[in-house]
Amino acid sequence: MGKTLAEKIWAEHVVRRADGEPDLVYIDLHLIHEVTSPQAFDGLRLTGRPVRRPDLTIATEDHNVPTIDIDKPIADPVSKLQVDTLRANCKEFGVRIHSLGDKDQGVVHVVGPQLGITQPGMTIVCGDSHTSTHGAFGALAFGIGTSEVEHVLATQTLPLLRPKTMAINVEGTLKPGVTSKDIILAIIAKIGTGGGQGYVIEYRGSAIRALSMESRMTVCNMSIEAGARAGLIAPDQTTFDYIKGKPHAPEDFDAALAYWKTLFTDADAKFDVEVNLNADDLEPFVTWGTNPGQGLPLNGVVPNPADFADTEARTAAERALVYMGLEAGTPLKKIAIDTVFLGSCTNGRIEDLRAAADVLKGKKIASSLRMLVVPGSARVRLEAEAEGLDKVFLDAGAEWRNAGCSMCLGMNPDQLAVGERSASTSNRNFEGRQGKGGRTHLVSPLVAAATALRGTLSSPADL
Amino acid sequence: MEKFITHVGTGVPLRRSNVDTDQIIPAVYLKRVTRSGFEDGLFAAWRNDPEFVLNQPAYKSATVLVAGADFGTGSSREHAVWALQNYGFKVVISSRFADIFRGNSLKGGLLTIILEQSDVEAMWEAIEAEPATPITVNLEERTVSYGAKSLPFAIDDYTRWRLMEGLDDIGLTLKQTDFIDSFEKNRPAYKPATLPIRS
Repeated sequence: MGKTLAEKIWAEHVVRRADGEPDLVYIDLHLIHEVTSPQAFDGLRLTGRPVRRPDLTIATEDHNVPTIDIDKPIADPVSKLQVDTLRANCKEFGVRIHSLGDKDQGVVHVVGPQLGITQPGMTIVCGDSHTSTHGAFGALAFGIGTSEVEHVLATQTLPLLRPKTMAINVEGTLKPGVTSKDIILAIIAKIGTGGGQGYVIEYRGSAIRALSMESRMTVCNMSIEAGARAGLIAPDQTTFDYIKGKPHAPEDFDAALAYWKTLFTDADAKFDVEVNLNADDLEPFVTWGTNPGQGLPLNGVVPNPADFADTEARTAAERALVYMGLEAGTPLKKIAIDTVFLGSCTNGRIEDLRAAADVLKGKKIASSLRMLVVPGSARVRLEAEAEGLDKVFLDAGAEWRNAGCSMCLGMNPDQLAVGERSASTSNRNFEGRQGKGGRTHLVSPLVAAATALRGTLSSPADL
Repeated sequence: MEKFITHVGTGVPLRRSNVDTDQIIPAVYLKRVTRSGFEDGLFAAWRNDPEFVLNQPAYKSATVLVAGADFGTGSSREHAVWALQNYGFKVVISSRFADIFRGNSLKGGLLTIILEQSDVEAMWEAIEAEPATPITVNLEERTVSYGAKSLPFAIDDYTRWRLMEGLDDIGLTLKQTDFIDSFEKNRPAYKPATLPIRS
């Protein structure tokens, strides 16, 4: 029997297999940031262990960094200590770092692909659950905890239990105004936040193949919101073209290409589970609750918890409506928004900014709200400025910020106030995720831009 | 790591599903560069509510958290495990755990046990009726017992052995360095490297 793509990559990276033990798996690339690494470096110091492969390791500052006044010292002393600690650790252990002010600083999952370091067939880890983003290149990429960060630093391997495989087939053609963000939100609503637990997801089908590289990254990025540690897409010409010309594209491109072309699921391979979704039927999607599975098409209404057959789902919906301050039956398009956040590893790349700028061009955002535009990396910011997108955002009345995770998780000063409601292109609508008491609706960049103009959740078709 | 063989303690009923790691410890509490002191951030938002179960005196010294399904979803922050451990928890029981959280917990010696949802609910009822109910977790025998009940749970042999021996994963892997060396000799040249820097 043939192998799935995930099984092929796994098999190629097994360093040691023994009965009754997890496989020891080699890691091709280790991405590092300031929040989940200090205790790992401390562990190395305590045991006198070096970083085994600094040349397969790269760090950047993203979670904590401010998005304004980046030429000044970081105001929060605790954040500053964490960033300073990363810089000192990278220096001591010889790890490449892109610090605030550097053109390759930015959200770690935007930085890897833009440098061309993310390539098909690799195993990639980072102490961050959205590492699944890199799966868009046909890599096996997943988030790890700090103990595992230390393990990879010391050994360049991880002991891992083999995951099961799931295929999600998305066939058909997206309607105008429907994006890859809507695909993944619809998938999560369908299979639930636990649906992918224990699986690696492979996204397949004509609607997936039609997506650009950056749109594919949005899909794979939110695999973790469906419970799957990793999600991937078989590489194709779109992938190869994207990598070509990037700083770390292979010098012997043809040799790499010959290998990359072997990276697909064999026709006779079997997935443990298959899920089907029709792209023709999809509408812009938005979340109404406090987990990413609580989403609906934008044309819908806030659901009534009493309509949920499952007790657990009903209780969760009741709690969510209280937290979100929403009444069952309210049309989603009637929900007024205070802050629009465009950015994050989900939707902070250049295509996302272009899509939003297209909607905003020549118009003004509603006076009732603020809009933050936070490029995923300093390079994305420069690229956007070269195209004049910064002007479009500023003229519309939005704020044009520097790169970082920013309001996606509210670890820096970019936070929602208690009771404040956002339309956010990020990935998590958990209670308090964007600031204590803040209320989050997850949306695509197109919906974010249209919402900014109208003041209530909207799609460009409503303009 | 401390060896885990058996543990006897009392339980806290956390009747919520989808407890994500942002609830277990919000991002603003992740700025420490140490592994200790994270108990202040544990369920920080919910602990503001005097009615929240952890604020009830009857559950003050509990060491076994009995939670709803899909515990530990979201962010990979191991700080969630540290916050639970720093607070005093030794065991978390749920019918489903998120993959990354489960991995982190078992690396760090916080035993996460999967029971059927009906068993979790029965346990909630028992510890709500009598918070002082002793709960015995026996990793060697793979059982959770309270009152007259003894419930078996599954955990793979390797993880169980590692926890019972209190072994450091890195130390175990470093014994396999020969395998890593020979694997690296055969890595293709076209695989990317971060150094030297190209721009």
